[in-house]
Amino acid sequence: MSERIYVFKRFERFWHWSQAGLIMFLMLTAFDIHGTYTIFGFEKAVAYHTIAAWSLIGLWVFAIFWHFTTGEWKQYIPTTEKVVAMMNYYLFGIFKDAPHPFRLTQLRKHNPLQRLAYLAIMVFVGPLIWVTGVLYLFYANWAAWGLTAVQLEWVATGHIIGAFLMLAFLIAHVYLTTAGHTPLAHIKAMITGWEEVD
Amino acid sequence: MKRAFTRVALVMCYAGWLAAAGPVLADEAKPLKLNTTADHTKFKELQKEFTSGPEVTKVCLTCHTEAAGQIHRTKHWKWEYLNPQTGQTLGKKTVVNNFCISIASNYASCTSCHVGYGWKDASFDFKSEENVDCLVCHDTTGNYRKPPGFAGNPVVKDTEFPPGSGKIIKGINLSKIAQKIGKTSRDTCGACHFNGGGGDGVKHGDMDTSLAAPTKELDVHMDAEGLDFTCGTCHTSSSHDVAGSRYTPTAQDKQGARIRGKADKGNPATCVACHGNGPHKKEARLNQHATKIACQTCHIPTYARGGIPTKMVWDWSTAGKRDAEGKQITLKDAKGHIIYESRKGDFTLAENVKPEYVWFNGQVTYTLITDKIEKSEQRTPINKLGGSPTDGKSMIWPMKVFRGTQPYDPVNKTLVTPHTAGNDDTGYWKNLDWDKAITVGMKDFGHPFSGKIDFIKTEMSWPITHMVAPKEKALGCAECHSKQSRLAGIPGIYIPVRDNNKLLDTIGWSIVFLTLLGVFGHGALRIVSSRKP
Repeated sequence: MSERIYVFKRFERFWHWSQAGLIMFLMLTAFDIHGTYTIFGFEKAVAYHTIAAWSLIGLWVFAIFWHFTTGEWKQYIPTTEKVVAMMNYYLFGIFKDAPHPFRLTQLRKHNPLQRLAYLAIMVFVGPLIWVTGVLYLFYANWAAWGLTAVQLEWVATGHIIGAFLMLAFLIAHVYLTTAGHTPLAHIKAMITGWEEVD
Repeated sequence: MKRAFTRVALVMCYAGWLAAAGPVLADEAKPLKLNTTADHTKFKELQKEFTSGPEVTKVCLTCHTEAAGQIHRTKHWKWEYLNPQTGQTLGKKTVVNNFCISIASNYASCTSCHVGYGWKDASFDFKSEENVDCLVCHDTTGNYRKPPGFAGNPVVKDTEFPPGSGKIIKGINLSKIAQKIGKTSRDTCGACHFNGGGGDGVKHGDMDTSLAAPTKELDVHMDAEGLDFTCGTCHTSSSHDVAGSRYTPTAQDKQGARIRGKADKGNPATCVACHGNGPHKKEARLNQHATKIACQTCHIPTYARGGIPTKMVWDWSTAGKRDAEGKQITLKDAKGHIIYESRKGDFTLAENVKPEYVWFNGQVTYTLITDKIEKSEQRTPINKLGGSPTDGKSMIWPMKVFRGTQPYDPVNKTLVTPHTAGNDDTGYWKNLDWDKAITVGMKDFGHPFSGKIDFIKTEMSWPITHMVAPKEKALGCAECHSKQSRLAGIPGIYIPVRDNNKLLDTIGWSIVFLTLLGVFGHGALRIVSSRKP
């Protein structure tokens, strides 16, 4: 007999999906700017990318505020507990229909691998993209800010590394949504807020 | 508020209409006929027949007593210029180029563009006041002409030229022209500067007769139905000395917009002199671009845009062919432009040309007749441009690079100056004999010639600065931020997209591909394993 628990609150779901949309749009425009393909063309792609970036920064301000006021930030504290079990599950157990080693609760809604992955995105990939992105946006002000030693090439390279890592994360993240007890279970939970657990 | 404004505007329009259409009141001032204080048609001294240019000048000087002396100090008169940066003596009298090569021994033809009368050989008196040509710059009738071959003199009586050719040059009435004297105009400056190199648009690429009455599209400032700038609007003059120079161009103008009363020795003909150094109001990013990129680079997308082609290549080495009857040949392209002449060689012409781009700091060093040159695969620069990404003085500039093949002396290792124009038995254009032409030309110039003739490939750079397009037509980002960047090969700067790192892209896409592979592999295994009974 399964039970349903409410894991994703309304703001969280709003944050997640608008962030997902913005990041995918940022990806789309990013590789347009990069010259991988032409959809909008460099000039428009830069304009749209900039607008989307500022929108995401705005969203993050609210999300950070929400995480700290609700204490939800604790969901991202890394743990080594059951990390090996999780890896074993994804490498072997999942194919044998073995039981999921992690039981989600409202206070621990991310499995240990998720915690580590999201934390890595938040402390490494995210800052890399944001720091280099903001520097890129304010290229004109570097001299006034005293950033004479910064090279545009480093900033651009960092931003591009961040973009590739984010794209790889996005692919893995989207795939792992299908790893629930039904392929669409996690997606449903992210839409309705309710996750079914055994 | 808005309605009130409209009403006031309507009343003002009506009043204006009344003033324009109504009878002129007796005590009103006379309407303005001219925007100057002197009506030269009323001057008795000018109401007579003139048989030569100097006769007119003498009359001019009776009132404008200092004018000739002012002209005497200018490049327009001296055709000589000492470049303070390089110490080189330049000017048309001295430089050698890869168009018609040199004025030495060709004065009577070339000096049809001199602001003087009678410069037919090296003995010309540069102190003569009456030989200053006032009319060539101040004609407003458009009838003044100084045909090549007359040493800068106008033709006042119908004259057969060349003698025996049957071609008649019609005489012009100097009296009428002198009485209608006025300010300089695009037409007067253009009479010479649009036709540099011997024909319309030949030399500069960004200057030709299409600028006499240009559309906004062609030149946003000179737009005849809009701002209607003349050359003098930017190339301001003081004591007859006109600002702006191709010998010492201003590559980077740090002074910002010029303000009246501010002490200023800079060049008033730069873009920055009016627009300042931060002219992009909407996109601050573009002002940052403008710290390294000359305005002209983005705002002049192509040159020779007015429907008149400019010469891109001139190969003198193919000159001299004759047809079966021994006559000189002229070949034209589909549009009727000459692409081969026996007396000049092969030409390549082009319209709407994308410039080439270089770091340029304003320093130009010429290869002069006294300079030793080595023939090699590399083209010999007629003028070498200074500049680098790191000297703090350079900007990325658009250039017309004019490429030529011209005669040179392989023994003395110098360029040579042939005698080309002239109705004599040594002028190349008539006789097609290099040996005679170069011997005479070099003797006239006063430089040694070994008697051996070879041809050498040369190139000459012309900064592009006219034919400024409206802002909507300025270059888009992708013109440079692309793999086919206009700035391909410009060193010392990182240009996103142009400078994408291939290794980084390979690693990045590998990570993405491996992730996809892992995901699909994992998914496939899950599907396969779930089917097992």
